[in-house]
Amino acid sequence: MSIFMTLRIAVKALNRNKMRTILTMLGMIIGVGAVITMVALGRGAQATIEEQVKSAGTNLININAGNFQQGGVRQGAGMATSLTAEDATALRQVPGVQYVSAGVNSRGQVIAGNQNWSTQVQGVDVDLPAIRSWPPKYGTFFTPQDVNTAAKVAVLGTVVADTLFGQDVDPTGQIIRIRNQPFKVIGVMTSKGQGPFGQDQDDTIFTPYTTVQKKLQGIQHINNITVSSVTPETAPVAEAIGAVLRTRHKLPNGEPDDFMVRTQEEIASVRTETTRTMTTLLAAIAGVSLLVGGIGIMNIMLVSVTERTREIGLRLAIGARGSDVLMQFLVEAIVISLFGGLLGIGLGFGLSAALEKFLQWPTSIPPNAIGMAFGFAAATGVFFGFYPARKAAGLDPIEALRYE
Amino acid sequence: MAPVISVRNLVKTYVVGEVTVRALRGADFDVEHGEFVAVTGPSGSGKSTLMHILGCLDRPTSGNYLLDGKDVSRMSKDDLAAVRNKKIGFVFQGFNLLSRTTALDNVELPLLYNGTLKLKTSERHKRAMDSLSAVGLGERYHHYPNQLSGGQQQRVAIARALITQPSIILADEPTGNLDTRTSIEVMGIFQRLNIERGITVILITHEMDIAEYGTRLVRFRDGKIQVDQKIANRRDAAKELAALPPPEPDLPDVVGDPVSAEHLGGVS
Repeated sequence: MSIFMTLRIAVKALNRNKMRTILTMLGMIIGVGAVITMVALGRGAQATIEEQVKSAGTNLININAGNFQQGGVRQGAGMATSLTAEDATALRQVPGVQYVSAGVNSRGQVIAGNQNWSTQVQGVDVDLPAIRSWPPKYGTFFTPQDVNTAAKVAVLGTVVADTLFGQDVDPTGQIIRIRNQPFKVIGVMTSKGQGPFGQDQDDTIFTPYTTVQKKLQGIQHINNITVSSVTPETAPVAEAIGAVLRTRHKLPNGEPDDFMVRTQEEIASVRTETTRTMTTLLAAIAGVSLLVGGIGIMNIMLVSVTERTREIGLRLAIGARGSDVLMQFLVEAIVISLFGGLLGIGLGFGLSAALEKFLQWPTSIPPNAIGMAFGFAAATGVFFGFYPARKAAGLDPIEALRYE
Repeated sequence: MAPVISVRNLVKTYVVGEVTVRALRGADFDVEHGEFVAVTGPSGSGKSTLMHILGCLDRPTSGNYLLDGKDVSRMSKDDLAAVRNKKIGFVFQGFNLLSRTTALDNVELPLLYNGTLKLKTSERHKRAMDSLSAVGLGERYHHYPNQLSGGQQQRVAIARALITQPSIILADEPTGNLDTRTSIEVMGIFQRLNIERGITVILITHEMDIAEYGTRLVRFRDGKIQVDQKIANRRDAAKELAALPPPEPDLPDVVGDPVSAEHLGGVS
């Protein structure tokens, strides 16, 4: 019998019991819909992260001070005092390096008028806006002159500016107190949003790194250096930077680095890996519902075979071969799962669109997810349809015809 | 002309648990073209087993069965299915129509499993219509089994048995679920097909009066043929029907008639 004929017989048989067919399909619809939605959510999250990484700059290289070691006692990372402003200056000569900014971190209570706020104070160099492609909204960034003189000038992040001076107020020229020392506000940065680690990049104050060193911390070393490379190919530049720093720090071969060089690419890949794991996990959970849907199909097909024993007996009596009956029931299962899969894809699209619209969750459906869901649906049909179909095909026509 | 059916020393034994049942203990008989053989016998006499073997639903333990000159007693399952499709038309006691399927689609069903004919849809419809007309149901081709009376359902089943133009029609207690008048009507159709078209009919029944519509009587007892004789005074269904009072007007032929619900005998 031709496959077309088998398909017609199967569709007719399914048509004879519409309600049951639809209910069986529902398992498939929900399963496939859930898988599509979950994958869409995961991919959406991944796209958001990539966006954030891009906003941080793809050609960034961060150099942090390593762990401090004295007489075999190791302190935590970032405690070493070996990184200096001279190191930063030296890195400007490394081929492929575009901008360099030395960085010193501090925290402190900030007061303006009757408002106060605890935030981080980042001592940086003049090239930071260029490195991060992050221009000021009001006023200007500080100048090399300010760095040289360790001027008490501050550029505020939007969160700090909004908290201390109110929304959409230009605080340029105002005086704020950081750790009880007066600083002149010379600018406010534009909003940058969440960083790649979820931190709020706008909750910060920028001052010249020399100011933090001398006026706030009283130290000679720096905590980190931020470098941008000319091209997004950061790996070779990072390697060259490592070599220069080792020479400058006079580290003999075999001695571990007393600094850490990280490219944005590495940071991004860690994050992407995390979301990919999450997506896989979500899809796996959704896959369970697909499995349940498949078992539902098997269940109904088994009931159907029992219920239609006499029909099977009749078909066998009038000349259907075992393989014809097997194909009929298999095709019925496949039609249910494929049609359910198709509707499930529709449901997945609908749900994703709804999540994006009403909950503002970013979603994105990769084209291969549709093919995969469809393939999975078909495979489920074959896998779970085979056992009932074989049972039907194996019936003895005499027994089947007598079945009440 | 060679006989349609030629059975020699047919033996069938079943093993049920520890008990061996000898259903057929060496049956011999031939059926010629155009015969109308009524097979009777009490339950357990082996007539059902014979029917299953003649219908190629089962294979004998030993002995030979030639159908149209071909030995079908040692054929594979798939080959037997093909033989059933092409050479045998079944009519059952319980009609065995597919429910929620029109009379036309029910009649067409055997053609779908016919691997050699490969008819187009329109040709299948035409043959099914011809078959339905032959049993006087041409008008009701689009009706569903639950819209037909028991007699009408059995006529659809006969039309289905006819559609592949089989060598024999095997009817297993075809009147078992029908009242007297409808039984006579159905037997009338068998007689007409037998006389007008020369179709070979094998009728299994335990009712003697139904058996008398045939040309020959074969009675089974304990797995053997006890009586095999010509029927002297063959009953004529057409004449009997004419003699009967006409059916009450509000009875069968109305579509969706509640009375027909009693006769629901479809395959769900």
